[in-house]
Amino acid sequence: MPSQQDLRRRIRSVRSTQQLTRAMKMVYAAKLRRSQAAVLEARPYAAALDEVLRSLAGRTGAGRHPLLVERPEKNVTLVVVAGDKGLCGAFNSNILREARALLGGGRWETVDLVLVGRRGIDFFRRRGLGAVAIFADLMKGVTVAGAHEVARLLAGRFESGKTDAVYLLYNRFRSIMRQEVTLERLLPVERTQRAAAGGVAPLLEPSPQALLGAILPRYVEFQVLRSLLDSQAAEHAARMTAMDSASKNAAEMIDRLTLTYNRARQASITKELIEIVSGAQALAER
Amino acid sequence: MSEGRLRLRVITPTRVVVEAHAETVTLPGALGELGILPGHTALLTTLRIGRLAYRSDGREHVLAVQNGFAEVAADVVTVLADVAELPSEIDLEAARADKAAAEAAIKTTGGKALDRQLSLLDAAVTRIAVASLR
Repeated sequence: MPSQQDLRRRIRSVRSTQQLTRAMKMVYAAKLRRSQAAVLEARPYAAALDEVLRSLAGRTGAGRHPLLVERPEKNVTLVVVAGDKGLCGAFNSNILREARALLGGGRWETVDLVLVGRRGIDFFRRRGLGAVAIFADLMKGVTVAGAHEVARLLAGRFESGKTDAVYLLYNRFRSIMRQEVTLERLLPVERTQRAAAGGVAPLLEPSPQALLGAILPRYVEFQVLRSLLDSQAAEHAARMTAMDSASKNAAEMIDRLTLTYNRARQASITKELIEIVSGAQALAER
Repeated sequence: MSEGRLRLRVITPTRVVVEAHAETVTLPGALGELGILPGHTALLTTLRIGRLAYRSDGREHVLAVQNGFAEVAADVVTVLADVAELPSEIDLEAARADKAAAEAAIKTTGGKALDRQLSLLDAAVTRIAVASLR
């Protein structure tokens, strides 16, 4: 049995860990609220953009644009969105495991990686797998400018023919307890067959081509932004849950250690009493 | 079909800036200033950098918008702008600084960089003009 002093020391150390995990839980609860709000605030734009794209797709016939061109998917670019830090449960490992499975799955002939978040960058570097582009500091705070940068790179690769398709792999925020690893095709932009229902054919200014040229890059950029925001919210949620269960585990451990400590204390008191009593008896018998 | 009023929504990727009823809306269309009244035909247009004005309950409102596009359909005006700011949100000092920086840069650059500086200047001038209306 460990000594009482050892036990006291351990209880103290677990308690300070618990204070840390509790504080982190609170911090990430606040961050989660903010990033959840950001996800919600992006929704009206998503809906409106979808609608505009649909009404345009219905009117311009085929609608030719470099970002719409479908090619056989031989060389694809896979964007892996991970986090910058650990301590968030299976958040990073889930996404990286899926990324590895996709790389080895033989679904595509070659896969070029674009990595967002330090965890993903380190993971693939350790395995000696190179990436065509890395974005290390994006997940610190997701911004429109950051999404713009990523989207420009991806659109550039696609338009120049370096890649036949671009896929996004990220954690989608489902609920605080659930993040879902999601694979989505970003490019070429899915052509919506379902045109806007009826109505008057709209005037298109300055021209259908110019409109498509203005809308599609923004659509791509927005999809990137949306998945980054989602991943950010999912990461905060995952970290909050991880810290919550760590705090609970710490509480349990403190309880157990306290019990052991009390037992040890009691045992030593009993032992002392026995010694005193037997000492007194020995004296009395003389 | 027209109730004599338009429903205006100005949305950016990060938020809904305006959601209001309006009697008239003026947009900085790609082909020039564009006035929208109730009963306007369906329209899809790109937007430039400029002023978006609307009259709601007899009061004039303005916003500074930067690029994007607008859809008009059945008296609903949806503006999807890259940036949209209310006069009260504009940092006048920053806008003036941007304007000075762009003016200086224009003298020394050319080609593509010049286009970029010109649109920066355009944005700064618009923001200053809109901010002065608060």
